[in-house]
Order: sequence, then C-alpha cells, then structure tokens
Amino acid sequence: MIYRVEVSLRPGLPDARGAALLRQAEALGVRGVHSLAVADLYFLAGELDEDALQRLVAELLHDPVVEEALWRPVSAGAEPAAPADAWSVEVTLLPGVTDSVAESLMAGAAMIGVHGLRRAASGRRYTLTGDLSEVDVHRVARGLLANEVIQRYWVNRPARPPFLEDGRDGASGEADGAPWVEVIPLREADDAGLLAISQARRLALDLAEMRAIQAYFRAAAREPTDVELEMLAQTWSEHCVHKTFKAVIEYVGPPPGPVEPTSAHRSPLAAQRIDGLLKTYIRAATEKVAKPWVRSAFVDNAGIVAYDDRFDVAFKVETHNHPSALEPFGGANTGVGGVVRDIIGVSARPIANTDVLFFGPRDLPWEQLPAGVLHPRRIADGVVAGIEDYGNKMGIPTVNGAIFTDPGYTANPLVFCGCVGILPHGSHRTQPQPGDLVVVIGGRTGRDGLRGATFSSMEMDHQTGEIASSAVQIGHPIHEKQVLEAVLQARDEGLYNAITDCGAGGLSSAIGEMAKALGAVVHLERAPLKYTGLRPWEIWLSEAQERMVLAVPPARWPRFQAICAGLDVEATALGEFTGDGRLRIFYGEHLVGDVDVAFLHDGIPQRQLRAEWRPGQWSMVNGQWPMVNGRWSMANGQWPMVNGQWSMANLTEVLVALLGMPETRSKEPVVRQYDHEVQGGTVVKPLVGAGNAGPGDAAVLIPLDVLRRAASGEPSAVKREAVRGIALAVGANPFYTALDPYCMAWAAVDEAVRNVVAVGADPDQVSLLDNFSWGNPNLPDRLGSLVRCVQGCHDAAVAYAAPFISGKDSLNNEYTGADGQKHAIPGTLVISALGIVPDAGRTVTMDLKRAGDWLYIVGLTRGELGGSSWLRRFGAAAVGVPPQPPTDALDLYRRLHRAIRQGLVQACHDCSEGGLAVAAAEMALAGGLGLELRLAAVPRTAEADSDAVVAFCESLGRLLVAVRPSASDAFEALLAGHPVARIGRVRSDNRIVVTGLGGQPVIETDLTAVEKAWRSE
Amino acid sequence: MLPPILILHATGTNRDREAAWACELAGGAPEIVHMNQLLAGERRLMDYRMLVLPGGFSYGDDLGAGKLWAVALRHGLGDGLEAFVAAGRPVLGICNGFQALVKAGLLPALRDMEPLSNLSISPSTNQQATLTRNDSGRFECRWVYLQPQAGSPCVFTQGLHEPIYCPVAHGEGKFVARDKATLAAIEAQGLVALRYAREPHAAEAAAAEGVEYPWNPNGSQNDIAGVCNPAGNVFGLMPHPEDHIVPHQHPRAHRGEHGCLGLPLFVNGVRYAAEVG
Repeated sequence: MIYRVEVSLRPGLPDARGAALLRQAEALGVRGVHSLAVADLYFLAGELDEDALQRLVAELLHDPVVEEALWRPVSAGAEPAAPADAWSVEVTLLPGVTDSVAESLMAGAAMIGVHGLRRAASGRRYTLTGDLSEVDVHRVARGLLANEVIQRYWVNRPARPPFLEDGRDGASGEADGAPWVEVIPLREADDAGLLAISQARRLALDLAEMRAIQAYFRAAAREPTDVELEMLAQTWSEHCVHKTFKAVIEYVGPPPGPVEPTSAHRSPLAAQRIDGLLKTYIRAATEKVAKPWVRSAFVDNAGIVAYDDRFDVAFKVETHNHPSALEPFGGANTGVGGVVRDIIGVSARPIANTDVLFFGPRDLPWEQLPAGVLHPRRIADGVVAGIEDYGNKMGIPTVNGAIFTDPGYTANPLVFCGCVGILPHGSHRTQPQPGDLVVVIGGRTGRDGLRGATFSSMEMDHQTGEIASSAVQIGHPIHEKQVLEAVLQARDEGLYNAITDCGAGGLSSAIGEMAKALGAVVHLERAPLKYTGLRPWEIWLSEAQERMVLAVPPARWPRFQAICAGLDVEATALGEFTGDGRLRIFYGEHLVGDVDVAFLHDGIPQRQLRAEWRPGQWSMVNGQWPMVNGRWSMANGQWPMVNGQWSMANLTEVLVALLGMPETRSKEPVVRQYDHEVQGGTVVKPLVGAGNAGPGDAAVLIPLDVLRRAASGEPSAVKREAVRGIALAVGANPFYTALDPYCMAWAAVDEAVRNVVAVGADPDQVSLLDNFSWGNPNLPDRLGSLVRCVQGCHDAAVAYAAPFISGKDSLNNEYTGADGQKHAIPGTLVISALGIVPDAGRTVTMDLKRAGDWLYIVGLTRGELGGSSWLRRFGAAAVGVPPQPPTDALDLYRRLHRAIRQGLVQACHDCSEGGLAVAAAEMALAGGLGLELRLAAVPRTAEADSDAVVAFCESLGRLLVAVRPSASDAFEALLAGHPVARIGRVRSDNRIVVTGLGGQPVIETDLTAVEKAWRSE
Repeated sequence: MLPPILILHATGTNRDREAAWACELAGGAPEIVHMNQLLAGERRLMDYRMLVLPGGFSYGDDLGAGKLWAVALRHGLGDGLEAFVAAGRPVLGICNGFQALVKAGLLPALRDMEPLSNLSISPSTNQQATLTRNDSGRFECRWVYLQPQAGSPCVFTQGLHEPIYCPVAHGEGKFVARDKATLAAIEAQGLVALRYAREPHAAEAAAAEGVEYPWNPNGSQNDIAGVCNPAGNVFGLMPHPEDHIVPHQHPRAHRGEHGCLGLPLFVNGVRYAAEVG
C-alpha cells in the first residue's frame, strides 16, 4: 500500500516560502499570480497500519505547532479533483535522483520503531490563485517550481511517487536485452568506424586517441570491454587530463608582453611552437619563483603551502559550469561538494569556501533567452542556494567571492568553487603500498552522474538538458561531513597510506590514479549500491557523490572500520593494490577489465592544435584613441548618456550609475545567505565597517586549532604573540579579454595579490590558483586568446614572485542554439590568491575610521579606460586600451605591507571596477563617513588628462589608503620613490566632494544618495 | 578537577569544536562525543556535569530543523536525558541544538500544560513551541545583540547585564509558542532568558519601541532569542555565543569596538556544573 501525506501550514500563519516564490514569479515576468502556497508531500510505501501511519506523521512529518497534516492512500483511480478556484502544481524528483528527505524519513522511521516502511519519497505541492491560464501555470511550473532535468510536475493532478518506476529491486541489466558486459569490436574498424564508436558512446575521443586505443587492443589481441573503453574515455577526457593545456600548439601572435598602444609601433606577429601551456608557462612560473614554502604544486588534489612550522594550508578551486547551467542548485551544490572532497583528499580539514560566479543579465528579456536555456535570474538564485546549502551544512564558512554579469554568460554560466583546508605538516600520506586494501567510503554508488567528465568536456546545445540529465546530481552534504570526520580521525591515527576523492570518472578515475605506480585488483560486485541492476561499467564509472577512496593496510582495517561505523559512514574494501602494473577489474568471477596502468595514464597521444591572436579593433575607433585628450571617439562619436542626458559633464551621475552596476553594487543579500562565521575563525569578514556591510577586499581567517593554541597561552606571562592568518581574495576581469587577454591576466593577478596585501598579507608569501573557463580550443581564435592569457599569467606571476600552486581549466564553454548560432563565453580567468598574514592582529579593513584622517593614493594612474565599468555602463564595451601591466608593483606592495605591519594604516582599499571614485565611495559607505578628494593631486601620466579619466579609469597597482595625520610622515617615508600622494581627507559629515583637475567641484553627493544606488538590485 | 562536559555530536552537527573551545575557555573539560557512542554505551551521559547540543544540520534537517535529532534524543537517550535534567545538571542547546530541545519537548517544558488538543492524531511529544522559518524566507548570517533578562531562572544568564553580541546563522529560527496561553506562561515564569535587542546606543533612543528586523533577525515572537525550562538548568538559544569568545572575532574589532562577548554564558554554565555535582 502507498500513502500520500500532505503537510501544510496551519491557516493564518505567514508562508515565508510561498511569499519568496511569489516575488520570484514576479521577477521572472509572470504576472497575475495572486497567491502561492507551499505544502510538503511525502509518499510512504509498505505495510503500514493506522497506528504506524499516525506515528510517522505525528513524530516525523510535521511540526504540530505550525503545521497540519492530511494523509490518504494513493489509489489507481478516483483521485480528488483539482481545487475549484485555484491551480495546483505538484512536483517530485525523477526516479533515481538523490532524495535526502526520503533517506532521513527512512532513518527516522527506524528510530521510532516503525519497521513496515519500505520506500519513501518527498515532493511539493504548490497552490496558485490569480488570473491565470493553463499556459501561465505551466510557465510558472517550468520557470520556477520544477526543473525537468531532475524533477517532474503535474498540473491539477496528483503526483505519482518516483519509486513506482525507478526499476529498482530486481530489475536486471539483461532485462532490456543488452548484455551485462559488452565487447566493442574495435580492432577492425576504419577511421570512420572509430569516430562513429566515439560518437555513439559519447566518448569525446578524437581520431588519434581512438587509434591509440585500437593499437593497444590489437597488440593485446582482443577487443575492449565497455568497462575498459568507458574508463579510457573518462581518464583521457579534457576534464581529467587537460589535454589542451598539454598539447603542442602552433601559435601565431605577438610575443608575450603588452602590445604597443599605437598602430605605428605594433609588435610584429610571430609564429611560436608551444610544447604544453601548463609546462611552458604555468609550471615554469612556479619554478622560476622557487618559493621554499611551496609544499606541493600541481601534483595532488590541491596545492599545498606552509602555514607555519606546524601546519600546512591546501587550496583548490574547481569549476562546475555545465551542471550549473542545467540544474543550478544541484550543479553548484555538487561543485562545492567536489572541491571540498579535493581538500579532504589531501587529508586537510576545510576551513573556508570561496565562490566566483558569472551570469547573464538578471533583467534579460524573455524573448532574448536562447532555446533550452534557463533564465539568468533563476540560474543565479539556484546557484547561490546550492552553494549555501552545501557550505552551510558542512560547517565551512563561505568567506570570499565575486559576481560578474555579461550577456556572454547567459547560456554558459560559470561557477568557480574554492576550498581551503589546514593539515598538520607531514600528515598527508600519498604512497599506497602493495597489499593495501582499496577502500571506498561514504555515499553509495548509483546510476547518477554517468559520463560527467566527458559531458563537461563537450559543448552544449539546446538539447543537452534532455540527454544529459544523468550527469546532473544533487549533493548530500551531511554524508560528506561525516566522511570528513572519519578521514581526519583515520589520518591522526595513521590508518591509511593514500587517499583521493571520487570525482569525475568515479571509481575508475580514483582507483586508476591511485594504482598508477602499482596496479590493483578491484571487485565491483562488492561496491555498495543504491539499488540493484547496475552494469559493471556503470558501477565503475558512476560519479555518485560523497565518496573517497583510501589505501588501507590490512592490519589497520578493523580500526578503520570501527571509526567509520561510529560516525555513520559506510566503508567497503573493494580489492587491493598489487604491484604488477595492471588494473584488473572483476565482477564476481568474471574479469571485465584488464588494462596496463602505464597505458591508461601515459598512452594518450599529445594533441596538436593551432592558435592565433591578433591585436584587435580595440586599438582604434574612428581613427582615434578613445581617451586621449578628451576626444571621445567611442560609440560613433557620441557621449555617454545618463537618463537620456549627455552626461560627460556630470560625474556625480556617473558615480551613482557605476555604484549600481552588477559588479559593484552591494552583495550583502547574497553574502548573508552564506554562513561566514562558522568555525569562529573569520577575523576579517566578507562584510566590514560601521554597518557590517562594506565590501572587504579579502577575508582573513585564523584556523580554530591555531586560534585555540594562541588564546590558551598564559596572557600574564607571555607578551602578545603574533598569530598568523590566511588571507583569501580573487581577481578577475573578463571585460578586458576581448581587448587583450594578456593584460586581462595581469589585471587578474594584480587584483588578487593587491586584495590580500590590502588586508595585511605579506606580498612575499602569496600563492596563486589559476582557473580558466574558455570556449572551444579547437577553434584557433579561442585557443589563441587562451595562449595570450596564459602568457600574461606567467609574466605577472613572475613579476609578483607569486607561485601558482594549483589550477584547472574548463573548456568548450560554447552553446549552439536551436537557431544554429554559437554563443561563446568571454574568455574568463579567475585568479585566487592565498596570502599569509604574519600578524592577524595587524590586519586592515577598507572602511573609513575617523574624520580628519588623510587619504593617500598609491600607484600610478595612467588613463586606460578600455573595458572599464564606465565605458561598459554607457554602452562601449569593447573599445579602448585595457589597463596595462604596472611597473614595480611588488616593491610598492612590500612597502605598503611594512606600513600596515607598523600600524600606520587605518583603512585600505583596492581601486578596481569603477576606479578611484568608486573605491573612495565604497570606503565612505562602509565607514559611514564622507570624504573629499582632489583629482589634481593624483599621480598620473599624460594620458590621464581629464577629470573623468582620473576618477574612473582602472589602472592596475593602485590602492586608496587612510592614514592618521600623525602617522603621515612615517607613511610617506616608507613609500618614498613610488607614485604616492595625499589626495584628500575623511570628513565628519556624510558629504562626498571631489574637485577636478582645475580645482572645481566635479562630484558632489552624499552617502544617502550613493547608498541607494549601491543597494539597488 | 575541571567539570567534564559532553559536546554531543549528532551526524550533521558542525559547531561542535567551537562549542568545545568555549567550554574550555570557560574552565570546563569538554569532550566531543557522537550519539552512537552514547547509544552503544561507550560513554555514559551521567559521567558528565554538563551537556551541550551544538549547532549544525543534524541528519540534514531534512524533516525540519532539529526534528530528527529530537526523535533520536527521545527514543535513543530518553530516560538518561530526563534523569540528567532532573538531577539539575546544566544543558545548553545552541541553534540546531535548541531546535532539537524544543521539538523534543525539553524546552520550555512548562509543567501542567495540556498536550496539543487540536490534532486528530495522538501527539507523543509535549511540544509547546517551535522554531520555524525566518520571516525573510531565507537563511541569514548576521550579528545580533542579545539582552539578558533579569528575573529569569536560567543558570546560564544569572548575573549578566551587558548585552551579548554574536552571529545568528539559520533559516529556521523564528520562535513561536503553540498558543497565546503558552506564550503568556513562558513570559510569566521568566523563561525568556535572552531577547534580541537593538544596538546598545540605539536602544536608548528607541527603548519603548519593539525590536524590528534586522535586530530581530527572524521574526521571533516577543523578540525571544533564548528560553530556559522552569528549573533554569536547560537553556537553548538560536544565536552562536561560541563564535564570539575572543575579542578579535568582533566584526568591528578594526574600529576599536570590543566587549559583549558570548563567553560569560559558558562561564556561568561551567561554574554551575561544578557546583551542582
């Protein structure tokens, strides 16, 4: 018997969920919904008598203070009619999608001693009233209430529980006629045949790769099994092996370095052969910088650097772009889960998460939405909710991030999730030994997430959502939390010799990677499954979440099992590491795969690619430089407009407009949805200042273990000991990419470094992560722009003496719509910086502190406006010279750091989007104090020759600093020799007054006016 | 000997370590113990002088915040927990721990209240209040002021006058009593130990007015942030005093602000734990 329980709020109580959905429905442009009420649905199957049902409902399924529950049997016919004057929409998950509510329900039933419950499922019922047609209701259902990639919905009909048709319990592989293990005839295939096999099985392998596999099996004198072929495809996928970054590239473009900004002195284009971008540029920079505190770069699941003499810090950033496009909540959710597992995979305790997000415009008109694409607003809200859910539930503070908006991200949103962890130095073991057990712990294996690695390595089109639903998953953060605790306990007791996470490629990648040097024997039938009926290749490839693989010596296995059992973590030994160099996979008695691990890891042919980048139209518009001598040539010779008026003269309006731009305006509503306080170590918070709302440049953390040690010292006897902190920040500016990816890379590196320096990190202890999201690398123009970007990364990292310790690339971020048009993202680089703060007691926030403090600008203003917020705001996105690499920035930052260490700096903020004027306004807003600035005092080059350019250009290497007058001599002395000037002071009222180059007031406003714009949505 | 304190780790709680540290700084000897260890008899509740239920998402909070933990407490620990409470030993529930104590009927635990009568089903818990979804409809992390209430029997807030400043981090923290009579009884017996308050200098300006959002971050009735049982030894609150126990955790430490620590709650609790025996 199956029962349906409907739990709704008691009449008269406010429905916070319904109200929020109603607001979202309006925002999505669905008018006419008057009310929207939410009820929870539960489906219960089993031998349940009335008493058992009553107990389930009373004790588990509703809150008797605010909710009421109704239940009835689900019968084949005679379902109740739809509500008379309202519409109902009922939503359930698709069969096979993780339903953690149902899992909890099953666990709860056992706790209260109801043993007849066999299956459970959760759902929602939405009741809508208003002036609505059936078409409207379907729009709301599809646009807001259900995502058909993972859910289904019913209008005015009762939902059916998904477990009725998930094929679980007894359905076997043979039932659909396909053999249990398939042998793929490959040896005799010609080139077309090889490509057809790759295509048909969605292997995403090219001809050279298919030929290499063919040659291997010809030599072995047999055909591959599906287990072997699928494993090779995953292991050789772009996602797992980064073949573009390892490819030989024939590149045509200017030599690395800034392009001379006039056509007369254009650098000549030259051909260059690059043997691997990773080796030639990224790793090369790390090797040149040669920092002794780098513990591990590019070899493990995460980069690792020294924190102090006892602890190390690990940092990793991952993208989860394709899944987030299709199912924003689940995509971002499992994105966080995946990067957290990378940190657990280096035996570290996660202490902070970061997120950098790129979306299409929130106000995109519906008619401009490409076919099959979710609206940017829905994607953004879902992604934020997914990050919130995973980070908050795992108890990891989300402390730093950024949000960018551009139409180029409408079909391909980008989601960069980062995680930082801490581990005792020397506690992470990485060498499995022959005889060690291959142990998998955590979540069970199901059919979810099949072929995710190859899926994420392909371009998307309007049908992707229909065919790729198995690649999208929902996370279960509580499982991962318990896995984390089990791993750390096992680490501290020395119970394993190696560990890695199950990510893309599932067990095949994790075990394949760990067995790289030894080989292993694996018995797939031992893997705990969510349901029966999985074929061997599905078990081997499944990317089910929340699993880790460890190498456990047999002698430690009993203790390891006991720890896991005590924490409600399932642990299973699947096989053992051997030493014969072969990966042998059994299902029962049958050998279903047998591959040489050397071929698996090194057999992939190196790709040969072509790339080209030419300095583009950015250099000139109408024969004029856009910003020289006040002669504006952009936008067909027209001046920027504000509110229909030519606004060149009104810089106050420009400032207000820039503060309302998506990159600049307050992110407080988003930041507050993330728990940024858990673990108690966030000492410079993401929101700072008098009203706890200012946009901090970087977060600073003291890990709880360290804080605890420092605070437990005897304060009477010991002087205040400097406690180290970890500063986290990002740099990104995709709006410069179209102009010059080389300069864009410099901008990202500089901004990331500058941000951590601004809060008190030592510029000589900054490590970097490089994450690229780009278009299709087989198109020479896409790859050319990537090459030029990577060259910029190298040169900037070397200039700042900051090593790259980890990185990742996500390529093929292109979308072909139903109309056949290609939509590529702007090439996007996210640089994450991790800086060591020598003394967390000497950190600085960006809010103005006291009236009368003097304001200094450090760094040279050079008048580049290309890609700036100002030009973009007024419709000229891709013209002008982007900010050029600064000179001598590292020395400047070192001196600024000394000033901070000496306590000379009251407030410090980097000048980025919107330039000096926006930075100053943000400092004023955060401090609740006005200020005055003199543009004429700003150190600048001849190009920065108008009020607007000085106020809004985005030259790199600049910060705005507040200093007590009494400390100004010492501050100036420390920075002598650099372009530094006192340009203003903090006022005691709330006025913002900027005087121009001629001494006349050019911006006059107050905090109330700028705050309104800054807090707009 | 320092009083031993049991920090109860349920699958999914995640502020265990901060709670332990706060107890340590307050002079206790905390140990983080998983529910399974109690259920298996590896540890005995009565060997500890104080019990802390920390924050987090026990069992994922999938059936409502703290709901399943409340079930596990009643069905798993049942009598042992009641004996611990009856012995007068202090129990502190923070955030998810508070939600669990309320849903298990251990808070406010007014005596002589009729079980809920408006249900067609038999209630097996004497749940007198709840913590339901924030009025804002979403999870919020923000710092709040808490005013200790004079006249409350709560052992954790005895003698405290200065406001406490600490973060909330929850989506379901709105305190709602099951009816007007219950709310009146909670107030009459002084069971409200902490109320959300305005910023101290702002409070003087608007002392007579109610405390609106965001000072009251979730819409709790009567600005209730924490309640105790009539005996005063069981106490729960939604905010996180364990996240403000040293001065540099203050969000405006860089502006020279300090004080209003959450630590005194733990000092009171640990001192009481040592005395009650």
